[in-house]
Amino acid sequence: MADTMQFDLVSPERRLASVEVTAVSIPGSEGDLTAMAGHMPTITTLRPGILRVEAGSGTDEYVVSGGFAEINATSMSVLAEKAIPRGEVTAEFLEGLRKEAEAAHEAADDADKDMTAKTLADLAYLAEAMV
Amino acid sequence: MPSLKDLKNRIESVKSTRKITKAMQMVAAAKLRRAQEAAEEGRPYAERFSAVMAGLAASVGGNDGAPKLLTGTGSDQVHLLVVMTAERGLCGGFNSNIARLARQHAQSLMANGKSVKILTVGKKGRDQLKRDLGDSFVGHVDLTEVKRIGYSNAQDIARDVLARFDAGEFDVATLFFSKFVNVVSQEPTALQIIPAKFESEEEASGGAFYEYEPGEEEILADLLPRGVATQIFSGLLENGASEQGARMSAMDNATRNAGEMIDKLTIEYNRSRQAVITNELIEIISGAEAL
Repeated sequence: MADTMQFDLVSPERRLASVEVTAVSIPGSEGDLTAMAGHMPTITTLRPGILRVEAGSGTDEYVVSGGFAEINATSMSVLAEKAIPRGEVTAEFLEGLRKEAEAAHEAADDADKDMTAKTLADLAYLAEAMV
Repeated sequence: MPSLKDLKNRIESVKSTRKITKAMQMVAAAKLRRAQEAAEEGRPYAERFSAVMAGLAASVGGNDGAPKLLTGTGSDQVHLLVVMTAERGLCGGFNSNIARLARQHAQSLMANGKSVKILTVGKKGRDQLKRDLGDSFVGHVDLTEVKRIGYSNAQDIARDVLARFDAGEFDVATLFFSKFVNVVSQEPTALQIIPAKFESEEEASGGAFYEYEPGEEEILADLLPRGVATQIFSGLLENGASEQGARMSAMDNATRNAGEMIDKLTIEYNRSRQAVITNELIEIISGAEAL
C-alpha cells in the first residue's frame, strides 16, 4: 500500500495546495480527524480550525472555515469556503470571521442557535490557538 | 464641401478617439488576463463541489425529508430571474445579449401564466430591462464599488436569494450570465440554481461508498446553501472574464474603424488641398496672361 496520497486544498478563489502527503489532520465538525493513505472513504463537514498537512518535506498549516472534506483511499480534497496559510492569518481576518459568525448567531432561530454558538466557540478557540 | 480647417479638425478628433479606444483595449486585455486566471482558479472548487453534491443528491434526493432547495417547493408558479450583467458599457453586445436572453425567458414564462420576479446584478442589465420588465424588479445588487470580485460578494447575493426563498417568495430561481468561451465569443447562459441541479460527470466517484459525518441529510442541508453561493460565484467570474473579452474585441474593432476613418479623411484632406493649390495656380497664370 502506498504511504502517500494526493491532497488538494481549494477555496472558491484559489487552489492553495496540491501535493503528495503522508497525513492530514482536519477539524471535522464531529471532531478532529487525521487521514492517511488507505483511509475509508469519508465526507465530513468542517468547523473553523487549523488544518495540518504532513508531507515528506515538512508540515504546513492552514486556517480553514466552512466547507467539507472528501477522503478516499488514495486522495483527499478539502473544499474550504475560507482557507489561508497560517502565516498569512491576521487579527483582522479572525475578527471578520467572528463578526460574521456573530451576525449568523443573531439571525439564527432557536433550532440553529446551538450550531451557531458552537461555531462562535470554535472561533474563540481558534483565535486563542493563533496567539 | 468642408473646408481644409474643418477636415483637419475632424482628423484630429478621430485620432484622439482612436487613442482612447486603443487604451481601453489594452486595459481590457490586462484585466481579461486577471479575470481569466480568477475564473480558472475557481474552477476546481466548483467542479469538486458539484461532483460531491451530485453523489449526495442522488442518495438523498428520493427521501421525503429531502431539503426544499434540492427538490423544489412542488410548484413552479413564481420564477426568480437573477440577471447578472456588467456595471459598465462599451463592451459590444455583452450586456444586451444577457438582457435579451433574460427578456425572452421572462416573456415565455409570462405567456405560460407564470409570474416573474427579477433580481438584477450590475447596472447595465437593470437599465436595459427596466422599460419592459420594470414592474417585476424585486431588488438590485450594485457592484460598482467592487474592484475585484470575491467570494464574499457571491455570498451576499446568495444570502439575499436564499432569504427570499425561505420567505416563500419564489419557487424556481434561474441565473443569467455570460459564459466565457474565448476572447471573441461569449455565450449568454441560463442556469437553474433552485431547485439545485448538479451535473454528475463522474459516476459518484467510481461508486465508492462514503461514510458521512455527520449524516447525509445534515451535510446536504449544510452544503446546499453553499452550493447556491458557489454557482453564483462561478457565474460572476465567468461574467467578469466575458465582459473584459467582449470589451477587448469591441475596442479593437473601434480602433480599427477609427484608423480607416482617418485614412479616408486624410485622402479627402489631401484632395481638397490639391484643389486649392490648382485653383491658386490658375488664378496666377491667368493674371499673368492678362497683362
